[in-house]
Amino acid sequence: MNNPQDRKYTKDHEWVRMDGAVAVMGLADYAQSQLGDMVFVGDLPAVGAQLKQGDGAGALESVKAAADFYAPISGEVLEVNALLLDDPGVLNRDPYGEGWILKIKPANAEAEQANLMDAAAYDAYEKAQG
Amino acid sequence: MTDSATMKRTPLNAAHRALGARMVEFGGWEMPVQYKGIIEEHKAVRERVGIFDTCHMGEFVVQGAGALPLLQYSTSNDVAKLAEGQAQYSFMTNEQGGVEDDCLVYRFPDHHYVVVNAAPLEADFQRLSHLADARGIGDVALRNLSDETGKLDVQGPLAAALVQKFTDTDLSGLQYYYATQGPVAGVPCRISRTGYTGEDGFELFFPIAEVERVWNLFVAAGAEPCGLGCRDTLRLESSLPLSGSDVSPDPARNPVSAGFGRFVRFDKDSDFCGKAALQAFKDNANAPKLINFEVIGRGVARVHYPIVNSGGTVVGEVTSGTYAPSLDKNVGMGWVTPDLAAVGTDLAVTVRNQPIAIRVIKRPMYKRSR
Repeated sequence: MNNPQDRKYTKDHEWVRMDGAVAVMGLADYAQSQLGDMVFVGDLPAVGAQLKQGDGAGALESVKAAADFYAPISGEVLEVNALLLDDPGVLNRDPYGEGWILKIKPANAEAEQANLMDAAAYDAYEKAQG
Repeated sequence: MTDSATMKRTPLNAAHRALGARMVEFGGWEMPVQYKGIIEEHKAVRERVGIFDTCHMGEFVVQGAGALPLLQYSTSNDVAKLAEGQAQYSFMTNEQGGVEDDCLVYRFPDHHYVVVNAAPLEADFQRLSHLADARGIGDVALRNLSDETGKLDVQGPLAAALVQKFTDTDLSGLQYYYATQGPVAGVPCRISRTGYTGEDGFELFFPIAEVERVWNLFVAAGAEPCGLGCRDTLRLESSLPLSGSDVSPDPARNPVSAGFGRFVRFDKDSDFCGKAALQAFKDNANAPKLINFEVIGRGVARVHYPIVNSGGTVVGEVTSGTYAPSLDKNVGMGWVTPDLAAVGTDLAVTVRNQPIAIRVIKRPMYKRSR
């Protein structure tokens, strides 16, 4: 699919986009589709926690599988999406919008994002997954 | 890892893909795990009618004077009790009491019919054949009809109304756990009022060449295509075991200790494979038991996760676990030491190195209202 162009993507199918000085992050559409119906999001970091790029930052459980969410870039956790706790299905329905997972104050946004895929590269990467 | 080219395919493989199914390997077959989504499909079966491709399962015909003695020895239930057209759920147990496979055994007018699972299919057939020789049972003809038999499961409160549209056989007269033979959609069919979902429904057995046509007719008439994902959530909610996991060839995971003793007839007029071992399990107060549980904490309990007591000591293992859409909670089955198997017992499951509270509940976890 044509993933949104306003953000960057990781090999583990996470995305990150800048909203002013805040970095918003979540799960790419391909990943939610592979996991299937989400039933639980847990182990989210506390507000104020310091994340390093690649740190485990959440446990995503679907009916059939469990997967970990990894922080696409480093920073301090500002907000966790409370909607996910009551309605994990929002991750399936709107992974790029209402289904965002974390908002952080990035430590080194430009340098770290330079290593991530843009939408075109990620589209190709997603297609190659088969 | 089996790739797509080496897995077996049912005649509906292209139809599943055309419906957008996600395909997975299951028992050597490429099968659909979901189409629209596990939860949606699960609800379709509980509320309306769903259809499952179960062509991968096995069907044997057993005939002759030796059929009854062979089946009595190789399965745990009492085959002699079957009325004509009746089906019984049963276990093919090994000498140690473990489960090689679970099955349905039917008595039709001039033969017995045995329905088995896909993965152990060939082994089950070889085993029957071997046992006939080993027990000196002559006059028995065994036929493996799996390759030529197509099977579709039509399940849900609206299943009878749907299937009735395609047959003149009066389904209102067909009781649960009975089968009859008659045309469905113009093809000769064994119509069995059985299933693996806990709902009313049918397992339809007919010539495999007709499977795609019959599938299309039922889907067009409103049956929701349902995959292996919801097949698992439906059966688990209904407290039906998965052979190979909840019960298995490991004698510790035997049907008596699992609480399915009503399908193990020590009183039938025949010895059966594993009888002595199973009697010993029955008499052993220390043998681990299978529990059904609900998750009280936040998390999904899954296969192989440890079950721990309040002290944090491992006391068992989860053998089935998932989110149950009709109960809106996470549930599972697992084996624990018998002192912890009582309904109401508080335990925990280790999920990502943390104990998540669970509680033993009674079975079935879900019961249909009608």
